[in-house]
Amino acid sequence: MYKIAVVGDYDSIYGFATLGLDTFPVTAPKEAGEKLNQLAGNGYGIIYITEVLAAEIRQEIEKYQDQVMPAIILIPGVNGNTGEGIENVKKSVEQAVGSDILFSNN
Amino acid sequence: MASTQVNPTRMELTKLKKKLVTATKGHKLLKDKRDELMRQFMDLVRENMALRQKVEAGILSANKNFVIARAGMSEEILNTALMAPKQEVYLEGSKKNVMSVDVPVFEYKTRTADDNDIYSYGFAFTSGDLDDAVKSLADILPDMLRLAECEKACQLMAAEIEKTRRRVNALEHVIIPETRKNIKYITMKLDENERSTQIRLMKVKDMMLEEAHHYKERGY
Repeated sequence: MYKIAVVGDYDSIYGFATLGLDTFPVTAPKEAGEKLNQLAGNGYGIIYITEVLAAEIRQEIEKYQDQVMPAIILIPGVNGNTGEGIENVKKSVEQAVGSDILFSNN
Repeated sequence: MASTQVNPTRMELTKLKKKLVTATKGHKLLKDKRDELMRQFMDLVRENMALRQKVEAGILSANKNFVIARAGMSEEILNTALMAPKQEVYLEGSKKNVMSVDVPVFEYKTRTADDNDIYSYGFAFTSGDLDDAVKSLADILPDMLRLAECEKACQLMAAEIEKTRRRVNALEHVIIPETRKNIKYITMKLDENERSTQIRLMKVKDMMLEEAHHYKERGY
């Protein structure tokens, strides 16, 4: 049985608590990295993290890239969308195909 | 390749021939694997992109709703309203094997079946905007879970495709040509040795005949 975590600044994530997801408001990158490691080892299957915060702790996130669990998924925060999430999808196309042939025109 | 010293022996030749057969077979299999992975990846990544756009738009509008909700009520009341969530989401995670890549499959269950349990507050002190905000967030939750599944699968498959592609290329452009070259080198060398042995034997025979019959002295 896995749990779902949402990590980010409080304003972006407090709504998720009502749905029954576990929210962890953090803003400092260092703290976020520690939180991430702690959550990953604690039976969380999906960790949603705001794009702004994810950009600060990219190294920590990449550690979990080739593991099946947890899935670390970027979500836009309350301050808007940085495009990082879309960028990551494009990156995986690039990694697989060699160049971004699917979404390069939008 | 002559640079990587090979012994021009029959044993080495047999070994190399076997290696070539295995490499060719492996190359074919890996190529098939890569093509199939690529096909599935393409479908998946398209879905991934569509879901992501949908989820991002959904979260943005939900966030907007929350901002509006917050504007209409005091901080304390909002915090109290959201303090003790009623609903809980449990995630059932398993793995599915797609062309030797383990991808996660998520199924989720909510603690209670009632859709209205997402509202963890009495309606007396909160604004209707908050209800809307919570509802809009709840509506995109299934998509968010599907997105997690899809995006993780895409990442894992992309890594696997890259690996497979490298293997295919290494086999196709390095190992197979090199083995062919070595086989050719050994066959040539063995042929050459055989010829030289033959010539040597003929020469020796000549010399022995000369010794026995002294053709040269008799003027032949």
